Amino acid sequence: MTVRIRRVVFLAAAAALAVLMAWGFGALPHFGHYRGPYGDVLSRVSVPQRHITDVVTAVNFDYRGFDTLGEEFIFFAAVLGVALILRRQAGEGAGHAADYATGRAVPPTSDAVRVLGLGLTAPTVLFGIYVIAHGHLTPGGGFQGGVVLATGVLLIYLAGEFDDLHGLYTEAALERAEAVGAGGFIAIGMLGVLAGTSFLHNGLPLGATGTVFSAGTVPLINLTVGIEIAAGLVLLLTTFLHQTIVLRRRDAGAVRGVLSRDCRA
Amino acid sequence: MTVTLLQATILILVGAGGTCVVATRDPLRQAMVASLFGILLAILFFVLQAPDVALSEIVVGAVALPLMILLSLAKIRGGER
Repeated sequence: MTVRIRRVVFLAAAAALAVLMAWGFGALPHFGHYRGPYGDVLSRVSVPQRHITDVVTAVNFDYRGFDTLGEEFIFFAAVLGVALILRRQAGEGAGHAADYATGRAVPPTSDAVRVLGLGLTAPTVLFGIYVIAHGHLTPGGGFQGGVVLATGVLLIYLAGEFDDLHGLYTEAALERAEAVGAGGFIAIGMLGVLAGTSFLHNGLPLGATGTVFSAGTVPLINLTVGIEIAAGLVLLLTTFLHQTIVLRRRDAGAVRGVLSRDCRA
Repeated sequence: MTVTLLQATILILVGAGGTCVVATRDPLRQAMVASLFGILLAILFFVLQAPDVALSEIVVGAVALPLMILLSLAKIRGGER
């Protein structure tokens, strides 16, 4: 295909796309004019029905809790996939766990990064717990809080070395925490089935609106999601860091040999 | 409700940021530009009164994704040399 034909095909496609976009944008509702009924309905009913002041959480963990269960398992599967793909390969050996770069000396971590990293770790963990525990009251919840918690571990790595993380947790403990978090969501959902209603039915006492212990099952689900996300993300981080910092190719030639032999077989 | 000046400014910045991400060809620089784009997007969500989404965008778009890209690049380039 010559450049000229390519250009003609591109221009025709771009013109068609432009017409479609103009047509679509022309029929969009005006900025801030929401047309669907559900948002307005949920804004009205979430406090009287469920004692939840953050409507987004009410949708995510109650009215459409089943969708969130699926989302959580997407994350679960993603972490599983990363752990599987980034395992130690043939021809890779564990090296000294320190930052390295070929051709130049690695500058030591500056005092500013050390102080900031260590100083921020405790507040970050506290903030993560806060975001998880107040998911049904203010913006946030298990997903956001879980990631904030995992950031605390990242800060420790940034302030020190990869080895500093070893005393904190083991991979087996992380895997267990992730499994408990993922299974906990289903267990809470089954409470509804056992009570004779439906899966993920919010059947626990709703409590006083605006307090931490309210909204029935929602804070409990937030807690399990927070545990799952935090453990999963730290596992992801550890796997990536281990793969990047610790594992080295023993001999690049040997790996190529193994690969070409596999291809022939 | 009409678009306020702040919302319009952030919208334009997000458009410019997205273009910058595409226009950056070096993956290492692109990870940094993508991180800044993630922060811009989070600010947009925040001024459009969606703080839940803004929080998720900060942690995923501005921290987690660039970090994964950086670590992958470090691994790939470490193997090349």
